[in-house]
Amino acid sequence: MATNSAHHGDNYINHEKGLWSWLTTVDHKRIGLMYMITVMFFFLVGGIMALLLRLELFAPNTAANVGQVLKNGDVYNQVLTYHGAIMVFMVIVPGIPAILGNFFLPLHIGAKDVAFPKINLASWYCFMAGAALAILTFFFKKIDTGWTFYTPYSIRTGTATVMMVLGAFIMGMSSVLTGLNFIVTVHKLRAPGMTMHRMPLFVWALYSTAILQLLATPVLAITLLLLAAEKLFGVGIFDPALGGDPVLFQHFFWFYSHPAVYIMIIPAMGVVSELITTFSRKVIFGYTAIAYSSLGIAAVSFFVWGHHMFVSGQSATAGILFSFITMLVGVPTAIKMFNWVATLYKGSVSFDSPMLFALGFLFLFAIGGVTGIMLATLPIDVHFHDTYFVVAHFHYVMVGGTLMALMGGFYYWFPKMFGKMFNETTARLSFVFIFVGFNVTFFPQFILGAMGMPRRYFDYIPAYETLNKVSTVGSWLILTGFLFGLWTIVQGIRKGEKAPMNPWRSKTLEWQTASPPPHDNFAVEPIVTAGPYEYR
Amino acid sequence: MMWFNLAKAQSFMPTQATEIAKQVDNLYGFLLITSFIACVLVIGGMIYFVWKYRRKTPDDKTAYISHNTFLEFLWSFIPLVIFLAVFAWGWYIYHDMRTMPKNALEINVLGKQWAWEIEYKNGYKTVNEVVVPIGQDVKLLLTSNDVIHSFFVPSFRIKQDAVPGRYTALWFRADKLGDFHIFCTEYCGTSHSGMIGKLKVVSREDFDKYLEQGQEERNLPLSKKGEKLFAVKACASCHSVDSPAVKVGPSLFKKFGTEETIDDGAKIMVDENYIRESILEPNKHIVKGFPKGVMPTFQGQLNENELSALVEYIKELK
Ligand code: HEM
Ligand SMILES: [Cu+2]
Repeated sequence: MATNSAHHGDNYINHEKGLWSWLTTVDHKRIGLMYMITVMFFFLVGGIMALLLRLELFAPNTAANVGQVLKNGDVYNQVLTYHGAIMVFMVIVPGIPAILGNFFLPLHIGAKDVAFPKINLASWYCFMAGAALAILTFFFKKIDTGWTFYTPYSIRTGTATVMMVLGAFIMGMSSVLTGLNFIVTVHKLRAPGMTMHRMPLFVWALYSTAILQLLATPVLAITLLLLAAEKLFGVGIFDPALGGDPVLFQHFFWFYSHPAVYIMIIPAMGVVSELITTFSRKVIFGYTAIAYSSLGIAAVSFFVWGHHMFVSGQSATAGILFSFITMLVGVPTAIKMFNWVATLYKGSVSFDSPMLFALGFLFLFAIGGVTGIMLATLPIDVHFHDTYFVVAHFHYVMVGGTLMALMGGFYYWFPKMFGKMFNETTARLSFVFIFVGFNVTFFPQFILGAMGMPRRYFDYIPAYETLNKVSTVGSWLILTGFLFGLWTIVQGIRKGEKAPMNPWRSKTLEWQTASPPPHDNFAVEPIVTAGPYEYR
Repeated sequence: MMWFNLAKAQSFMPTQATEIAKQVDNLYGFLLITSFIACVLVIGGMIYFVWKYRRKTPDDKTAYISHNTFLEFLWSFIPLVIFLAVFAWGWYIYHDMRTMPKNALEINVLGKQWAWEIEYKNGYKTVNEVVVPIGQDVKLLLTSNDVIHSFFVPSFRIKQDAVPGRYTALWFRADKLGDFHIFCTEYCGTSHSGMIGKLKVVSREDFDKYLEQGQEERNLPLSKKGEKLFAVKACASCHSVDSPAVKVGPSLFKKFGTEETIDDGAKIMVDENYIRESILEPNKHIVKGFPKGVMPTFQGQLNENELSALVEYIKELK
């Protein structure tokens, strides 16, 4: 085809014009951007809800004026449900793989596109359809089950469970399609010379995640269909009134959702590996250990679901087994942490904003990790289960971990995606506010949990007031941080200086092509002769 | 052992009121310290390295260190040993938690939206209040009327889900007198956060007296009996009785003898029969401004005598 090469100014953004060309594109880079816009929108919606939840919890309901932001328990429970469901199914699960993965996986392995470009587009439409269905429930009959849809509450409550669950089901399809696409892409489309062991670690992470998506998501799909069948036709699988077993739902649900938390975090680990090597300009320490520990975590994650159910009434033996296996997952995670820190040793470390986010990740993930071990310990979890300790723990891992990596990765690859540089000062400010605000918001929640405050609470006893106030103030700092981030992005796209091909002097392939990349990625097909991080 | 106790003092755990609580806190104290050390190593190491090896010139030479098998073995093996030790220690305590003592005092607890119903062996029933003697093994037999609830006493470090359609159990031996919070920790809808109870630990004598009193209540006057039922059946979680404040449902304070507007706009007199109907068929006439289907029917759960007691009680709310 007569595509002009990069230096004539043809790139994936201006290659074709008009909204229609975007909506029908099969270019993985454009699809990545489309995911970016939609996910950012959902993040905004979920974020506003988070702020409302925190505002409600600023004071106990007995306090005049401030205690009743969300009117009553039902409204709070609905907002809580949408916040959780949106953040999980529409932000964190698709986040890194669908935005950064779509955009950079082919570039990383020197390919022109993913293996099935049309399926890639279809998976975006799937995602949008599912998300639309889920969000529409908000305008009909709101749902108040929590994002976990536990039976028999979800069967009894007269809200839009079926529609919501169908939305999640369709989004799950999108996840499966993306996973499938990535696996085939990795196996089939690597550039000449790129062996599996020369793949960047981000690719390894996406690959492990894809396997999880492919194997775990169908379980969720089936579970959700069963739930819908139960609700519509009363088949009696989960409802004790019809002879069903309500705890069975939890087994099914966590059999997906535990692996899902790794779907959320493994890509983040991949991004962080890239950031740490690039910004310390040093070969990563323990490449093979990091690569295979992703696979290891993915494999073991299927056998630990029961640690969400230590007090559900499952047998003590089951509890003991699940606790044991959960401890084993701690090891590969710890290995990764040590590897990242060791990579810094004798490096040349710069403090560009992407690196700040990577270091922030290490900080928060360390805390998320050790508290995870606490929760894996049987008698301690009995006390902490379903309290704010858990809320703090998963925000440290999911938000502190995944979101920090997403932001860092986003700044890192921004010059490549848009061909512009962003304002480093506002980018650093966004980091500082998010990082500080995050700790102010969520650290007190560990203490609240230790003191016994249960989660999903619309109101609380006076003893918990001070810490809740601190936490709410923290959420405003986070908000400020994200506003700085948004400003940085928008201003960068509008007025940023033109970006060079490789502003960070990184070694991976995506930097060996123009910024932004041409329509089919590389002017000449790259040939790989060494590992991805040959900084010497 | 100073540092150890210091860690525990800083752990923000609520008062320890059982032996198990002390054991749990010991393990937690150990974990807090190891976690703190681990974080200092990782985060401290990170901060030290990024500062020491910060970029000095745009073309710094960096070392080419791709791996170190011995180091890597060490930092896989040491965490593994620590994790397994913690697991074993946890197992040991969990075993005690889950092994039900013989000859325990058994109390039945029924979770429902949104209250805990307690029934003692002699038939005495209360709501949201469990009274137990100090120093005795107590076994709670839990189940639920509607959705899953979870019985949590922070000071005892115990928690167990109450699942509809089956029994689960929980045991403890309180060694401190006083009142302790009971929370519901499994999300159960509208008033989940209001589903708070009290666990009172009293002396042996007080406990015996308490049960006796419970027996005597059977001979109470009608309205007193109604008052009791009103609490036991958790009517109070949705209706206020001492002020016109609206909870989930309308207030019943001074309601008897007034007129109520129902949803089709018609007026209805609050008399004995209306009250009776509202208890047995709550959805037949909904007071204007309240949603349908919220109040459950008590059909089959109250006998005629109990119904009259409730009517009598509501009549006397002045
Ligand atoms: C601005 C930052 C955020 C704040 C202030 C915030 C705040 C909250 C609050 C107050 C709750 C309710 C906890 C409870 O009552 O149990 C909650 C729940 C939750 N949040 Fe966030 N959140 C934030 C960001 C996120 C993000 C980015 C995610 C994405 C993973 C997330 C995922 C969840 C989930 C899964 C729940 C549980 C929902 C449930 O219990 O059903 N949050 N959050
Ligand atoms: Cu409950």
